[in-house]
Amino acid sequence: MAREKREPAGPFDYSRKLSLRLVFFLGSIFLYAPIVVLVIFSFNNSRRGGNVIWKGFTTKYYEKAFHNDALMEAFINSLAIAFISTLIAVILGALTAVVLWRFRFPLKPVFEGMVSLPIVIPEICMGVSLAVFFSSFGLYVPRDMPFPLNLTNIIIAHITFSFPFAAMVIRTRLNSFNREMEEAAKDLGATEFQVFRDILLPHMKPGLVAGALLAFTLSLDDFVITFFTSGPNTVTFPIKVYSMVRFSVTPEINAASTILILITLLVTFLAMRFQSFEEPRQ
Amino acid sequence: MESYRKNFRAFLAFFTPPFVWLVLFFFVPLGIIWLYSFGETEGLTKIRLTWTLENYKRLLEPEIISLFWRSVWLSVISTAVCIVVSYPIAMVIATAKPKWKPWLLLVIILPFWTNLLIRTYALLNILGTRGRLNDLLHWLWSAGDRALSLIGLGDYHLLGERFMPVKFLGEPVGVMIGLVYVYLPFAVLPIYASLERLDRSYLEASLDLGASQWRTFRQILLPLSSGGINTATVITFIPMLGSFLIPDLLGRGQVDMIANVIERQFKSGNDWPFGSALSLFLLYITFILLALQSFHAMRQRKREEARG
Repeated sequence: MAREKREPAGPFDYSRKLSLRLVFFLGSIFLYAPIVVLVIFSFNNSRRGGNVIWKGFTTKYYEKAFHNDALMEAFINSLAIAFISTLIAVILGALTAVVLWRFRFPLKPVFEGMVSLPIVIPEICMGVSLAVFFSSFGLYVPRDMPFPLNLTNIIIAHITFSFPFAAMVIRTRLNSFNREMEEAAKDLGATEFQVFRDILLPHMKPGLVAGALLAFTLSLDDFVITFFTSGPNTVTFPIKVYSMVRFSVTPEINAASTILILITLLVTFLAMRFQSFEEPRQ
Repeated sequence: MESYRKNFRAFLAFFTPPFVWLVLFFFVPLGIIWLYSFGETEGLTKIRLTWTLENYKRLLEPEIISLFWRSVWLSVISTAVCIVVSYPIAMVIATAKPKWKPWLLLVIILPFWTNLLIRTYALLNILGTRGRLNDLLHWLWSAGDRALSLIGLGDYHLLGERFMPVKFLGEPVGVMIGLVYVYLPFAVLPIYASLERLDRSYLEASLDLGASQWRTFRQILLPLSSGGINTATVITFIPMLGSFLIPDLLGRGQVDMIANVIERQFKSGNDWPFGSALSLFLLYITFILLALQSFHAMRQRKREEARG
């Protein structure tokens, strides 16, 4: 034992050190405990402020959440926004990725910087600027527009912040494309469009799916930018939860949050599956 | 890579849609608030562009300066805590067995995929005076009190007569807990990436030459991973400085940060020009930080090239 102690630990052995493991463990507890408590207390049978004392198991707040029309409407709005904005964000992201990957053009670094700007600037700045933009250009959608056209402003905002992320993911995928395939196809007489459709697009597919899942979660998650671009009649799930939280803390919010966490977990799981499909184990 | 001239039509087909979208829905809106920041409110919703500097002068009011100061120190401390905590976490992941690595990474990344509002709300439940954290502290207090009684010091009430719940909500410490909680995963990833890339023979050499673990850590590992630490600092600090939801819900209006004041100008205060000036100021700080970071990264790359 004594001899073992004197030997210096190997340089790679940080993960075997108890103190570092403890930090990892405590860090994980810190990250998960609040969420776990939230989920547990969504089953708490307590009417008022349900989060203080445990009063027995119930699922009635899930029922209540499902029967809360305003909450459900917000939820459907959120899903509609996420689906539509994801679709367009992936298309724009794919185009951006192909341009950056394929072409040499003047001021390319400038364009690259422009595309990554929505990723780095504070959300509040983007939210504020879009709010001002929509109101000052009279792009405010009439109140009685049919669903989902009444959500246009929010959808535009979501596309704007999510497509650069999608472009990043898709571009990573493009880096593994074998250029010779494209040349071979062209030599055999394929047109530019055929090459894109039959060769490049199938190769991009895992990247497109990963980019779409990322855009989808980003859209579903967003609070700040939606907060500034939504009107009184276009409430999304996070906005609705926010107004409920400001009003009071109820087990119903916990139940609704738990449902959203489950959806996010599902999407993350799908994303991971595609990611591992994309990068075969070495 | 091919020149755009070789196949100009294909280039345009790919380039135009994202470019137009970005200009129309990102740069034009930013341009508008830039213009508004030189404007004056006229009536309820009208804003006249007068090229006044009044809105920027108001940034120097003591109230706003103290707001900036508070936002900065809250973010600086929270960033520092994030880095200090995430470094060992990244070390554990980077040196774990390959079989375990993706799972350990997942443990850290998963909360990052969870809705920000829900995570903040979850913290709100924990941090209340009757919340779980105070339960835990109460339990620790009782345990400590009992231990003191056991060794015969019970009568002195060294830990106080009764347990006093700690107030987190509406206090800077609550906001800082929130900031660290939300942005910790941001900090782990770049540090992990830099540790993963690191040439481990340097560490071996250092240990072989008789340096202690601590000295190897301080003089070899830390400098070699400084790129990751810098990236982690910038990408946690920027969103922290501009965060709205965390100070809003956990600060309860007592611990405002820049974004909360911006929000008020647009939602209830109805002073769009001043709100625009504040937003732009936040934007400029972001740009400066990013520029410093990329400058640092460039210098580091050059140094590495020089080293061979």
